[in-house]
Amino acid sequence: MGFEGIGASVRRREDVRFLSGKGNYTDDINRPGQLYAFIVRADRPHARIDGIDTAEAEKAPGVVRVFTGADMAAENLGGLPCGWQIHNQDGSPMAEPPHPVLAVGKVRHVGDPVAVVIAETRQEAKNAAELIEIRYTDLPAVASLTDAVAAGAPEVHDGVAGNICYDWVIGDKATVDAVFAKADRVVKLELTNNRLIPNAMEPRAAIGDFDTSSGDFTLYTTSQNPHVIRLLMGAFVLHIPENKLRVVAPDVGGGFGSKIYHYAEEAIVTWAAGKVRRPVKWTAERSESFMSDAHGRDHVSTAEMALDKEGHFLGLRITTLANMGAYLSTFAPCVPTYLYATLLAGVYKTPVIYCNVKAVFTNTVPVDAYRGAGRPEATYLLERLVDVIAHDTGIDKVELRRKNFIPADAFPYQTPVALQYDSGDYQTTLKVALANADWNGFEARRAEAKARGKLRGIGISTYLEACGIAPSAVVGSLGARAGLYEVANIRVHPTGSVTVFTGTHSHGQGHETTLAQLVVDQLGVPLSQVEVVHGDTAKIPFGMGTYGSRSLAVGGSAMVKAMDKIIAKGKKIAAHLMEASVQDIEFKDGSFRVAGTDKAKALHEISLAAYVPHNYPIEELEPGLDETAFYDPKNFTFPGGCHIAEVEIDPETGVVEMVNFTAVDDVGRVVNPMIVEGQVQGGVAQGIGQALLESALYDPHGQLLSGSYMDYTMPRANDIPAMSVATENTMCTHNPLGSKGCGEVGAIGSPPAVINAVVDALKDHGVRHLDMPATAPKLWSIIQAAQPRLAAE
Amino acid sequence: MYDFTYDKPGSLADAVKLLSDDMDAKALAGGQTFIPVLKQRLNRPSRVVDLAKLGLSGITVSGDKVTIGAMTTHATIASSAEIKAKIPGLQHQASLIGDEAVRHRGTMGGSLANNDPAACYPSAVLALGGTIKTDRRSIPADEFFQGMFTTALEQGEIITSIELPIPEKSAYEKFRNPASRYAIVGVFVAKFPSGVRLAITGAGQGGVFRHTEFEKALSANFSPDAIAGIKTPADGLNSDIHASAEYRAHLVNVVARRAVAKAG
Ligand SMILES: Cc1cc2nc3c(=O)[nH]c(=O)nc-3n(C[C@H](O)[C@H](O)[C@H](O)COP(=O)(O)OP(=O)(O)OC[C@H]3O[C@@H](n4cnc5c(N)ncnc54)[C@H](O)[C@@H]3O)c2cc1C
Repeated sequence: MGFEGIGASVRRREDVRFLSGKGNYTDDINRPGQLYAFIVRADRPHARIDGIDTAEAEKAPGVVRVFTGADMAAENLGGLPCGWQIHNQDGSPMAEPPHPVLAVGKVRHVGDPVAVVIAETRQEAKNAAELIEIRYTDLPAVASLTDAVAAGAPEVHDGVAGNICYDWVIGDKATVDAVFAKADRVVKLELTNNRLIPNAMEPRAAIGDFDTSSGDFTLYTTSQNPHVIRLLMGAFVLHIPENKLRVVAPDVGGGFGSKIYHYAEEAIVTWAAGKVRRPVKWTAERSESFMSDAHGRDHVSTAEMALDKEGHFLGLRITTLANMGAYLSTFAPCVPTYLYATLLAGVYKTPVIYCNVKAVFTNTVPVDAYRGAGRPEATYLLERLVDVIAHDTGIDKVELRRKNFIPADAFPYQTPVALQYDSGDYQTTLKVALANADWNGFEARRAEAKARGKLRGIGISTYLEACGIAPSAVVGSLGARAGLYEVANIRVHPTGSVTVFTGTHSHGQGHETTLAQLVVDQLGVPLSQVEVVHGDTAKIPFGMGTYGSRSLAVGGSAMVKAMDKIIAKGKKIAAHLMEASVQDIEFKDGSFRVAGTDKAKALHEISLAAYVPHNYPIEELEPGLDETAFYDPKNFTFPGGCHIAEVEIDPETGVVEMVNFTAVDDVGRVVNPMIVEGQVQGGVAQGIGQALLESALYDPHGQLLSGSYMDYTMPRANDIPAMSVATENTMCTHNPLGSKGCGEVGAIGSPPAVINAVVDALKDHGVRHLDMPATAPKLWSIIQAAQPRLAAE
Repeated sequence: MYDFTYDKPGSLADAVKLLSDDMDAKALAGGQTFIPVLKQRLNRPSRVVDLAKLGLSGITVSGDKVTIGAMTTHATIASSAEIKAKIPGLQHQASLIGDEAVRHRGTMGGSLANNDPAACYPSAVLALGGTIKTDRRSIPADEFFQGMFTTALEQGEIITSIELPIPEKSAYEKFRNPASRYAIVGVFVAKFPSGVRLAITGAGQGGVFRHTEFEKALSANFSPDAIAGIKTPADGLNSDIHASAEYRAHLVNVVARRAVAKAG
């Protein structure tokens, strides 16, 4: 069996089922008597609904029912709730306009659900949907941040003045302004963070099931956090108590954040199943995913750094506009605030920071967390700004970073923007990355590329991020309407095999392997005897799910705590069986031994005694070996590292080729190095996608232009270079594993490295900054514009 | 998709009859364009006539020409040693269409009948001066392509094969749309003893077109330098979120030079 514990590159056990087509995804599930829902969506960005005529549709073949927003409103159902409340700088709460499940009164973005047809087949539902007549009066719409905040802009929500959801600040403006007033130099940069569409491989799907005998509801859904959906949908939307509502998130084919949120379709199928007393299934078509899955990013910022003569960072001042889309998605408000502005110190000891964020409503799909969520925005801004400072001051960009790093002996380090970093060593990740990327040999590679007619550039990003957002009390004080702990139930069965019930959810990350390795490590049970169960509120005590790279750091830590309880109880049973005192029992390599003797009992002997308690301390101890732990972390974890990108640009066409990518990340304790490498590679691929290819484009009136793969450019394998991925880890100091998280580092660290490389390649073309994505036509225009100047030199 | 009647006739005559008797009947080849259109409910045929059983696939080389059956898939063309030997540009072109799945279903006849302005084959057939053979006549390439998504085909007319003269040299160069991977600009160049023909796909608002200025210059001197100074006006070229007309006009020259260099 070989080494299978912490540190082993065990092959992902779940892949056998995924690669052989045996995964069990929501759309693979079919319930007896199942009906199909087709959702009629707004084809326009902003309009008043003057009337909906469903009469013809209701008479169409196969149609069981047609529902509109009015039907839901008649039952006093709730709207889709927002899970995070931000306060304005004047102390008042953010604007939180209603978010009806099916539109009431107005539609506010292309894709806004208006009506649902429930029919015997998907085809019949779709046929009938064409017979629904919706009378609209079009209203003026806004799609871009700058248009939405312009004077006289149309209002997305009545009474939300200027489309401002909130106007929030962190840091003291007067203090920061005073630092700027005295600074030797100020460097300023305006930049955007492009809007992205998540594009999980599996489109969203949901099945509502109503048990007519028990009155219980079951929702099967493509979710990253079934318990959160049960809470939000049950308590706020449909008013179904937890004991009557089960949420199952079976195999889920990728989420990247977009499957965290409680979506209208989940409530629609569950509610409709109760109405028609039959199961109701909905599966998104890909074009629906483009206009109904929450989008990501979409910031416009101005950043300024105050510097002394040597290039030390004295103060940072930022204003950001963040697009919320038409409605507040579940966690949208926290993304540009507590997951963004609190990260603006990065790896630097900038003493004072002020950031003002205005969140803005537009007639676009709601925007929420997407792989990295706020931290990519902060990292991109900072790491571009640092490169621009190097450009403007002439200080070497590596030297500039080095001299401003928080030193390795400064931890725990309190930043000026609320966070306290527990550990890190930025000089080391930098040093190793420079070596792995052969940074010093770059100029020779640039010259060689030039001889081939190519413009070669190198870019660096030294980033920091925050995972495992916690503790509950702190996030609660910041506006979270939920706790952020995690839950594990460890069940040691009579013969010593183990089932782990985790509140985290795996949708491609490989938890069934990684989490099982923790059991191998701590309980000494072979991997083949460990099962990991997730994604079902009927099986798992509770859980907050998977996002923000929290599963190992928080969920894994909950497992450690639960296994500690197993061991503690096992010691009592072992002491009884071996007639020793509990204090003398040691647990190691799967055996309970009496210290200093050769007396030992294996875990399976203890578990058998626990379930067959013939010879058992029954007066003091309950039978069974089954323990649950709720783990609420003391702090975030802080992965960080250094990414280096190398690109070549074809000056004739502007096409960028990624030629090298080097990542050296500090992710804390590594449980499975192969999975970590895969997570970093995947994240970097997404980061390259954002930097070079992807862009969700709306026309000025709110029509989605990049609404299919014909127009939205996903990175493909041949856009991604072979990568050098390594880790240089410092341990997280406040969780029992020392792990920090690796799911998002790739998507956070890489985009600025790529753009820095592109700008470096164009340094002779007078480029100081360019916005993502660095597409060929954009670069070609820049190169063209520089030709006369270059020719004159 | 909407409901329709499905037929899979065994003879060309039956297929033509089924398609001619019903104005709303449509032919189905590889389905790589047609099925997505049906799924999006952008087309509502009464009848779909599958051409799979008409024996229209295969490649034959005789004398100075190559004949390709209309139902021959892109994958077959891409992996044909004969095509590679006789018209290397066409073999390479087929290998660049879509992905493996698309290439194993999509057909040359289907692509030509569809005449997507960003499709690849129209450039090869036009540059090679090929002939489109149908159930009723032979149509020279210069007359076949009549603007985007428009061809000389009549209602019910079925392409049976494509006849392509064998050039001395040929090459295809494609500047891909980064999202769809169709051509933003695709250039097929063919050198014959009688002169050079060069066709451009992806760029023109009216679909594939011959670049006569390039042809003249290359006929005199078959080298990239011969066309380096020839500017293509942006008027009449496509402009979209992926490339402006000006960028396309510039690419026409770059891509054409690369195609000539590749042809050797
Ligand atoms: C993901 C993807 C990527 C693609 N990328 C490219 C690309 O890079 N370059 C490119 O050129 N193409 C590309 N295509 C299109 C592909 O090449 C199609 O196969 C082709 O356009 C149509 O051929 P088909 O055999 O599939 O025809 P179908 O889709 O079956 O038919 C297309 C049309 O032609 C008609 N038709 C078909 N055969 C005949 C015939 N023999 N006689 C008369 N009419 C006929 C049909 O009635 C229909 O109107 C791509 C397609 C997809 C799905």
